[in-house]
Amino acid sequence: MLSYFVRRILVMIPTLLVISLVVFFIIQLPPGDYLETMISELRAQGENVDPARIEFLRQQYGLDRPMIEQYWLWLFGLLHGDLGYSFEFELPVADVIGNRFWFTAILAVSTTLFTYVIAFPIGIYSAVKQYSVGDYAATFFGYFGLAMPNFLFAIILMYYLNNWFGLSIGGLMDPQYIDAPWSAGKVLSVINHLWLPMLIIGTAGTAAMIRRLRANMLDELQKQYVVTARAKGLSPMKTILKYPLRMSLNHVIADIGQILPAMVSGSALVSIVMDLPTNGPLLLRSLQSQDMYLAGAFLMFEAVLVVIGVFISDVLLAMLDPRIRMGGGATK
Amino acid sequence: MSDRELLPGERLPHYVNEAPFDPQSVEKLTSQQERYYQAAEWRIVWWRFRRHRVAVWSGAFLVAMYLAMVICEFLAPYDLHSRNIQHIYAPPQTLHLFHEGEFVGPFVYGYDHKLNMETLSRVYTANPDKVQPLRFFCRSDRYEFWNLFSSDLHLFCPAEGGTAFLFGTDRLGRDMLSRIIYGARISLTLAFIATIISFVLGIVIGGVAGYYGGFIDALTLRTIEILKSFPELPLFMTLSALLPVTWSPIGVFVGISVIIGLLEWTGLARAVRAKFLSLREEDFTTAAQLMGASPARIIGRHLLPSFTSHLIASLTVSIPAAILGETALSFLGIGLRPPITSWGVVLNEAQNFSVVAVYPWLLLPIIPLFLVVLAFNFLGDGLRDAADPYN
Repeated sequence: MLSYFVRRILVMIPTLLVISLVVFFIIQLPPGDYLETMISELRAQGENVDPARIEFLRQQYGLDRPMIEQYWLWLFGLLHGDLGYSFEFELPVADVIGNRFWFTAILAVSTTLFTYVIAFPIGIYSAVKQYSVGDYAATFFGYFGLAMPNFLFAIILMYYLNNWFGLSIGGLMDPQYIDAPWSAGKVLSVINHLWLPMLIIGTAGTAAMIRRLRANMLDELQKQYVVTARAKGLSPMKTILKYPLRMSLNHVIADIGQILPAMVSGSALVSIVMDLPTNGPLLLRSLQSQDMYLAGAFLMFEAVLVVIGVFISDVLLAMLDPRIRMGGGATK
Repeated sequence: MSDRELLPGERLPHYVNEAPFDPQSVEKLTSQQERYYQAAEWRIVWWRFRRHRVAVWSGAFLVAMYLAMVICEFLAPYDLHSRNIQHIYAPPQTLHLFHEGEFVGPFVYGYDHKLNMETLSRVYTANPDKVQPLRFFCRSDRYEFWNLFSSDLHLFCPAEGGTAFLFGTDRLGRDMLSRIIYGARISLTLAFIATIISFVLGIVIGGVAGYYGGFIDALTLRTIEILKSFPELPLFMTLSALLPVTWSPIGVFVGISVIIGLLEWTGLARAVRAKFLSLREEDFTTAAQLMGASPARIIGRHLLPSFTSHLIASLTVSIPAAILGETALSFLGIGLRPPITSWGVVLNEAQNFSVVAVYPWLLLPIIPLFLVVLAFNFLGDGLRDAADPYN
C-alpha cells in the first residue's frame, strides 16, 4: 500500500508540471505583455506613466527575460505562494483572491459529498426495485439533471423561490457577515446559504451517478453469486450490501475523477449567476479585462483541486481493490 | 463397385445423392427466423432501435428541428433584427380562438401600453377591442433566404398594423419567438461542427494510440489525463476570451467551434482506444497485416467499420455537451457575438437576475434548449442499446 501511495504521488509531480506549463502558455497567449497593455491604456487616458515603476514591475516579474526563464520565475513564485500580480486591481493576485479559493474548495467538496449522499440510496433503490414508481421517478430526475444546464436551473429556481416564497437568494452569507471575522453566526449563515448552490450544482452530477450506479448494480444483481447468496438464505438487505454493492463501488469511487471537474466547472457558472464569492465571477472578470495572471491563478488552482481529487479517488480505490495496489490495472 | 486396383491419377468412386440439396433438412427455420438470420447488420440495428419508442420519437423531433433550422427565415414571423420600439419588454401575447363567443380563428388581442410613473416600467394591457387575427402564408419582413434569393413569405405573420409576439419581446422590442427560431440554426450548427471536429480528432488519436500501443498509447493517455484535469467551462471561458476582439462574428463562430471541438475529443478517443486494443488482437487484423495492408488501411477499412454503430451512438451523446458549452459561453458574453444569434446569445439578456424577475419570458429559450438536449440523450440511449445487435 505504501509503495503504491508513494508511486502515485510521484506520478502527480510531472502531471502538475505539465499543467503549469499549459497554464503558463495560456497566460502568454494574448499579444504583448501586460505592462505594454497597461502603458498604452494609461497613455490613452492621458495619464503619466512613471518609468521607474514600470521598470520595477518589469524586473519584479522578469518580463524582460526569455520565455523559459519567465516560466521558471512564475513556477518558483507559485511554489512560494506568490501567484503573480493582478494588473487590473494593482494588487498581488493572492490579495485579490482572498478567501475565494477556500470558498471554491468548500463548495466543490461539499457538493461532491452531497452528490454521494443523495445518489447512493436512490441508485441502489432504483436498481433493486427496477421498474417501480420510485425507479421511474429516479430515471426522470436523471434525464432532467442531464438536460438542464445548472446555471439556467439556478436562474429558474431563484425566480420561483423569489416569486413563491419571497426568498431572495444569492451570496454565500448574510451581508453583515461579509467583512466580519469568523464566528458561529457567520458559519451558520454560510451553511444557510450553501444548500441552494449545492443543490443546483449537484443536480447534474447526482443524476449521472444515479444512472451509473443503477446500471452497475443491475449488472451485478443478475450474477450467479447473488442467486447463490439468496439461495443460502441470506437476508435481502445483507445480500445487496455485502456483495453486489461492493462490486459496483469501484466504479462509484473512480467517478470522483469525473465528478469533481464537473462540480468545479458547474460552480464557476452558478457562482456567476448567484453572485457567490468563489472563483467563477472573478475569473470571468479577469478574462474580460485580460488580466491573465489572475486568470492563470484560478485555472491553476482548479486544476490542482481536480488532480488532488483524482489522487484521493485512486488511493481509495487502491484501499478497496487489492488488484490495483498490487500493480495490475483496474478491471472495468 | 468393383474392388479392382485404382489406376494412377484415377478418382475415387463415391456416392452422390440425386435429391436436391436442402440446407434446412436438420433444423427447419421459420420464415421469421430466416428473415432475421439473413438480415444485414444495419437492418437488425434498425429493428432493435425501433423498439425504443422514446428514442424514435426523439429522433423524429431532432430531424424536425434540423429541418426547421434550414427554413427558419420562413418559420419566424419577424426578422431577427426587426425592432418594434412601441413594444419593448412586451409580455407574451396569448393566442385565442373565440372572440365574444364567436369563432375567429387564431388571433391575439393587441396591446395598449402606458408608462407606470411609480416604477417607470411599461405596463401592457390586452385590449379586447383590438382583435388581430394571424395571417398565414403571408407577406411581412423581407429576408435573404440563405443569400440565394430574396423573399417576404412567412408561415404566419401578425395582422396588418398589428403585432404577434407569442413569446414576448426583449430589451430592444425584438420578437423572442423569431429570435429563438433563428437561434436554433446557430446553436445546432455550431454544436454539429464542434462535434465533427472532436469526432475526427478522437478517432484518429484514439485509433493510433490503440493500434500502436506502447509509448504512443501511454503518451496519449497522459495527455488526456492532463486535459481532463482542467475543469471544462473555466478552460472554455479562458480560451474563448482569448479570441481577438477584432475578429468578425463569423470568425468567432468558427473559433468557438474549434475550441469546443479541440477540448471534447478525449472521451471518444478513450473509447476508440479501448476498442482498438482488443480488436487488434483479432484474427482478421493479423490477416490484413500479413497481407501487407498499411496501418491506415487496417484502421480505416477493418477496425473502424466493426464498431461504426457505437461511434454513431457516442457522436449523438456528445452533441448536447457542445450545445450546452456554447450556450454557457454566449450566456456569459464571451462566446458568440451579435449579430450572430444563438440560444446562448438570446439568453444573455437574462443574465441579470433583477431583469428575469420582472420579465420572466426572457428565459423561454431554455425550453427548446432543454428539449433538444433531452432528445439527443434519449436518441443516444436508444442507439447505444441497438448498436451491438449480436449481443
